[in-house]
Amino acid sequence: MTLAQSEVPRILIADDEGPARQRLRDLLDEIRESFPMAIVDEARTGREALDVVNREKVDVVLLDIRMPEMDGMETARHLAGMAQPPAIIFTTAFDSYAIKAFEVNAIDYLLKPIRRERLLTALGKTRAAPPVSREALAAAANMPRRHLSVHERGKIHLVPLADILYLRAELKYVTVRTAEREYLVEESLTKLEEEFAEAFVRIHRNCLVARAAIAGFEKNAEESESGWAVVIRATHEKLPVSRRQQAVVKQFR
Amino acid sequence: MLRAVVVVNLFVLAFAVLQAAPGDFASEFLAFAAFTEPALMVSLMILCAARRPLHAMGYVASWVAVLLFEVALAWLFFHIGRGLIPGADRMTFAQVGFLTLFVSACTLAYFDLRSRALHPAIAEARIQALQARIRPHFLYNSINAVLGLIRSEPRRAERALEDMADLFRVLMADNRTLTPLGEEIALARQYLAIESIRLGDRLRVAWRTEGVPDDTLVPPLVLQPLIENAVYHGIEPAEAGGEIAVEAARSGDSLVLTLTNPFAGTGKADGNKMAIANIRERLQLHFDAEADMKSEVKDGVYRVTIRVPYLRSRP
Repeated sequence: MTLAQSEVPRILIADDEGPARQRLRDLLDEIRESFPMAIVDEARTGREALDVVNREKVDVVLLDIRMPEMDGMETARHLAGMAQPPAIIFTTAFDSYAIKAFEVNAIDYLLKPIRRERLLTALGKTRAAPPVSREALAAAANMPRRHLSVHERGKIHLVPLADILYLRAELKYVTVRTAEREYLVEESLTKLEEEFAEAFVRIHRNCLVARAAIAGFEKNAEESESGWAVVIRATHEKLPVSRRQQAVVKQFR
Repeated sequence: MLRAVVVVNLFVLAFAVLQAAPGDFASEFLAFAAFTEPALMVSLMILCAARRPLHAMGYVASWVAVLLFEVALAWLFFHIGRGLIPGADRMTFAQVGFLTLFVSACTLAYFDLRSRALHPAIAEARIQALQARIRPHFLYNSINAVLGLIRSEPRRAERALEDMADLFRVLMADNRTLTPLGEEIALARQYLAIESIRLGDRLRVAWRTEGVPDDTLVPPLVLQPLIENAVYHGIEPAEAGGEIAVEAARSGDSLVLTLTNPFAGTGKADGNKMAIANIRERLQLHFDAEADMKSEVKDGVYRVTIRVPYLRSRP
């Protein structure tokens, strides 16, 4: 690889459909003259796209919205948490919900079939425009994520939602507890509560517990103003229930 | 509305003729009309304003509500009118109330019969409006896939466009009469050929339809929208894809069509409802209560079953 080549934008194509990826390759090859770039790799799911980003330097992701396993929306939200996130250009054939959400939140997208000129314009914009914010992506999403992402040493590590026992807010971060270990994520507990209302329940001002992780309740617990504590499955930790959230105890017993 | 006015006035005229002494029926009619017309106008206005809640009440309840309302209104006008219109006190409220009830019921029955007479036309219009509509998602994705093929595999791209043309020809045709199962299957296969360009070996289909002759009649476009649903909700969201199974079997006087596909989500398949409701309504319009349709999610498999009368096309 020559020096000049290494400095051009590095593009990742993420789409689950072979012909759609081929089409993007054809178009990129055509505009290479006016927009020098390198195609880093192709990904068939959002998860594969994250793997590529963890492995190689990627500047732009052409990201299909509807993909199996992990859709484009969730993928973008994990990418956006990176210290230096790649620019994201969403692609979609038809998704009236997503398109409306993108318009409202000023997120760029391309409609399939994609035209060469539109692709060129979108790529051009990525050089100047700041990356899409996590907040805008969160606002545009209509489904809760299936993972939380932890960013450690420039790598994205996914924690499946089903593995999470509880989430506890501490100062600037939220501690994510799984049976094996703890992670720190930079999120707001209130936003997490809204997004995962189905799977988690608030037991304290600073704590959300996964409904599936509640093994039982203990009465006369120490350090608990309500006297109740939630016993966590797997770790057997006891988390205090605040007086305000005491109704939770009744709801589960 | 105009019809209601005419019908009620004809009744008034008839009563006037019956009640009046010979040669005096014009004035009798006027006396009657002076009493009836304001009540009629007020009741029409109120009923018109209340048509939505009435509609929501259901058939029998709305009949009862309208009749009670008319009698109540008649009672009101009876008391107001007694003082104002000469000769009005010749009748008791029981008589007025009974007449009101009678006229209202006759008017309602007339409209009921009339709407029933017009029903086939309405049903036909509804069948046309309900004709399966293809998902825009499919259209744009297919065009995009063909564009992706044109340079590398021009022959396949040609085939795909031909299949699309055939598919859209059927979708846009007049689909009101029953169609042979064989044609439905051929159409579904063309649709699947287009989808497999995009999805490759993620899309697998098992056909188990040999037990039923090709000339068995089914409503048009009953299979393709269901398969489209299966692709959208069952195959596309799965990284490894899955198998769609289509089965046709005869069971006594019925033809039973069963379609299964893997379904990873929860019990609620939201996007499904439109297509399912559409097909269900078309089945009802074609066969009334003789057809039915069930769908369920069990152990990660979505299953939809359609039962229609077993019919063969006559040679």
